[in-house]
Amino acid sequence: MSTRTVEMALATPGLDAQGRPNRLPLMAVSGTSDDEFGAEHMLVNIGPQHPATHGVLRLVLELEGETVIRCIPHIGYLHSGFEKLGEYRHYNQIIPLTDRTDYLSPMANNVCLALAAEKLMGIEITERCRVLRVIACEMSRIISHLVWLGTTGIDLGAFTPFLWSFYQRERIYNLQEAWTGARLTTSLTRVGGMMADVPEGWEAGLRDFCQTFPKTLDEVDTMFTRNSIWCGRTQNVGILSAEEAISYSLSGPMLRASGVDYDVRKDRPYLGYETYDFDVPVGEHGDIYDRYRVRLEEMYQSNRILEQALDRLGRLKGAPLNTSDHRAILPPKSQAMSDMEAMIHHFKQVMEGVPAPAGEAYMGVENPKGELGYYFVADGTAKPVRWRIRPPSFINLACLPKLCEGALLSDVIAINASVDIVMGEIDR
Amino acid sequence: MTPELKGFLLLAVLKMLVVFTVVLVGVAMLTLMERKVSAWMQNRRGPNRVGWAGLLQPAADGVKNIVKEETFPAEANTVLFILAPAMMFIPALCLAAVIPWAAPLPVNFDWNLPLIGYVSHHGPMSMAVADLPIGFLFVLAVSSLSVYGIAIAGWSSNSKYSLLGGLRSSAQMISYEVAMGMSLVPVLLLTGNSTFTEVIRAQQQGIWFSASLTLSFFVFLVAGLAETNRLPFDLPEAESELIAGYHTEYSAMKFSLFMIGEYANMITVSAMLATLFFGGWDLPGRWDEGGTGLATLLTGVAMFLKTFFFLFFFMWIRWSLPRFRYDQLMALGWKFLIPLALTYILVVCVAVWGIENVAGITSPKVRGLILFGLNVVACYVVFFILDRGRLLSGSYRRQAPAGVRG
Repeated sequence: MSTRTVEMALATPGLDAQGRPNRLPLMAVSGTSDDEFGAEHMLVNIGPQHPATHGVLRLVLELEGETVIRCIPHIGYLHSGFEKLGEYRHYNQIIPLTDRTDYLSPMANNVCLALAAEKLMGIEITERCRVLRVIACEMSRIISHLVWLGTTGIDLGAFTPFLWSFYQRERIYNLQEAWTGARLTTSLTRVGGMMADVPEGWEAGLRDFCQTFPKTLDEVDTMFTRNSIWCGRTQNVGILSAEEAISYSLSGPMLRASGVDYDVRKDRPYLGYETYDFDVPVGEHGDIYDRYRVRLEEMYQSNRILEQALDRLGRLKGAPLNTSDHRAILPPKSQAMSDMEAMIHHFKQVMEGVPAPAGEAYMGVENPKGELGYYFVADGTAKPVRWRIRPPSFINLACLPKLCEGALLSDVIAINASVDIVMGEIDR
Repeated sequence: MTPELKGFLLLAVLKMLVVFTVVLVGVAMLTLMERKVSAWMQNRRGPNRVGWAGLLQPAADGVKNIVKEETFPAEANTVLFILAPAMMFIPALCLAAVIPWAAPLPVNFDWNLPLIGYVSHHGPMSMAVADLPIGFLFVLAVSSLSVYGIAIAGWSSNSKYSLLGGLRSSAQMISYEVAMGMSLVPVLLLTGNSTFTEVIRAQQQGIWFSASLTLSFFVFLVAGLAETNRLPFDLPEAESELIAGYHTEYSAMKFSLFMIGEYANMITVSAMLATLFFGGWDLPGRWDEGGTGLATLLTGVAMFLKTFFFLFFFMWIRWSLPRFRYDQLMALGWKFLIPLALTYILVVCVAVWGIENVAGITSPKVRGLILFGLNVVACYVVFFILDRGRLLSGSYRRQAPAGVRG
C-alpha cells in the first residue's frame, strides 16, 4: 500500500461507521502496479484550476503511466445555495437565481421556472407568450451547444472552430441583450407572462441569424466530422450503452447519443412543442463522436424550430403577451397609476407576492444539457417551502468515473468535455 | 596565419552574425505571423496596437518577458531547471548554420586591416555559414539534442504535468527521429552525398526531389511537424491536458527561450524541406556557375519564399487540426511512417538500380521523370489502396446519427 502523505491535502470527505465525517488521505487504492518495477501509481489533479475543466470541477486521477485507474470528481467549489435561497423569495424573485445556475442557457432556465410556478398556481399563459418562450428555449439551446462545440474543440486541440462558434454565439447574445437588456442574467420570464416583449424589428434580426448561422455549423462539420484525427479521438471513446445510460439516469444529448429515444419536448410536450415540426437525433454507439453528432444536429433542428416560431410570432402580432389575470402578474404601469383595482394588485404583488395554493408541482423541460426539473412544495404562502432543482449536468456527471476508468489521460479530457457540464448548476 | 585563412575566418564571423541575427529576428516575426495567421483564420484582427499593424508586438513581448519575475518551483532542481531552456535553445540556433541560403557569392578582396593585418579572399563564397561534409546528418544529430532540453525541463520542474510532458516528448521525438532519418535515405541514394550543396546540385541536374521522392517528402513533412512539437503533434505541451506540459513551471525569459527554440526549429525544418525537396535556392536556369551578386540575391529570395511557404503551412496545419492522442501518435510513427519509409527505401533502391543498370539511362532528368511516374503510382497505392481512408484521407463509416424521430 502506498503511503504518500503528500496527498493529505487531497483529502476527500466521507463518513465513517459512526456517521462522523472523516478526512482520510486520498491514496492510490491499488498502491503499486503489478509490473516488475513495482512503480507507484501517480495521483494527478485536474482542476479546480485547469484549462480543460469547464469551470471549477476537480478530478483526482490515479494514473498508471497514462492510463487512468480511478477518477474521483470533486464538486462544490461554486456552491451558492440557490435552493435554500429560493425558500426565502417570492416565485418571481427566484427567476434571477435561475439565471445563475446553468449560466450558459439562462433563458431556458427562466422559462422552466415560470412553467413550474404556473403549473403550481394553475395559470394559463397566452399563445404569444408560448411562442416567445419557445424562441427563448431554442436560442438557449443553440448558444449552449455552441459553447460546448467550441470548448470541446479546444480540449481536443482544435482552436479555430471555437472562435467561429463563439462569433455566432455573440450574435445570439446581442439579440438576447436587445430583448432582455442583459447578456447573461436575463431574468426573462415572469409567472404568467414575460418580463418584456421583443423590441421593434427584433424578429428580423433573429430571422437573419437563422438564415446565416447554419453556414458556420456546416464549416465546423467540414472541419471535424470527417477529420480522421477527430474521429480517432472521439470514436469508441467513453462508450455508454443504452442500459447504462438509463441506469445512470442520464438525459438530454448524453442519453440520446447512447441510443435512447427520449426527449421531453416529444414525450411530455410543453409550450406546444408537439405542434412544431422537428426531428430528434438519436445516436447508436454512445461514444463521444455520437454525442458530438447529436448536439450538432440538434442545433440544426433548433434552427428549424426558431424559423417556425418566428412565422407564428408574425401571425400573432399585437396579441396579448401576459395573462389577463392581474392577481398573478403585474398590471401595466399606466393602469396601476390610474385604476384603483390595478393599483391594489400591484401593491399586493410587490409587498406580499403571489400566493400559490398548498401542494406540489414538478416541471421538467428539455434543457440543452438534459432534462432540467424544478420542483416546488408550496404551503399556500407566496414563497415555496422547498425548491428543488433537478440539474442535468450534475446527474450526467455521475457517469464520469465509470467512463474514465481504463481510459488514457487525454481521453479523460475528451470525455469530460463530452458530458457537457456547467458548474453553476452542479454546485447550485 | 595566411591572409587567405584570415579572410575565410573574417567572412565566417560575418556570416555567423548575419545568420544569427536573421534567425532571431525571424523568430520574433514568426510569433507575430503566427498570431496574424491564426487571427486571419478565425475572423479576428490579431495584434494591431503596438507599432504599425502590430509590427512591434514581438519587441513588446520581448521586453515584457525580460522584465518579468523569474520564478522557481520550491522543489525544483535549480541547476537543471536553468540549464534546460538553454539546451533547447542552443541546438535550435546551431542548425541554421549549415543551410545554404543562396547561390554562392563571388567575393574578391585584398585588404590591410588594422589589428588583423592582410586579409584576402578570391572566388565564390558559400552562402552557408559552414557547408559541412556531413550536411543533413549534422542537422539530424543536433536537432535530436533538443529533446534533452525538454526531458530535463520536464523532470527538473518537479511537477507532474511537466514530467508527463517531458516523457511524452522524449518518446515522441525519438520515434519520429527514426522515420525522419529513414525518409532521407532515398535522398542520399539519388545524391550520393549528404552535403546540402550536393543535394541542391542533384536537384538542379535532375528534377526536384518532391516530385521524384514524393513519399519521402511526405514522411519528412510529418516527422518534421512532430519534431517541432507543433499541432497535431504538440502532445508534450497539450495545453488542455497538461496545462503547458514541460514548460508549465517556467516563466519570463526562460519560457521565452523554449518558444524561441520551437520557432527556430520551425525555421530549420522549413528550410530543410525547401532544400531537400524543393531545390533549395534553385531557380530555373543556371545560377551557380560564375555567380553574380544578382544571382545570389534572386536565389536568396527564392529560398526565402520556399521556407516562408512551409512556415505558413505549419501554421495553417496548427490552426486547423485537432491533436492526436498519445497512443495514436505512436501508432502513426511506428506502424505507418517507419514501415512506409523502409519500404520506400527498398523501392527506390530497386528503381534506381533498374534505371541505371537494366534500362541503361544515365541522364538525371530522365531518371527523375521515371521516378516521378513511379511515385504517382506509389502514392495512389499507399493513400487509396493500403490506407483505404483509415488514417490519412478523412473518413468515416457512420455519417448520420442512427435514428431520427420526426
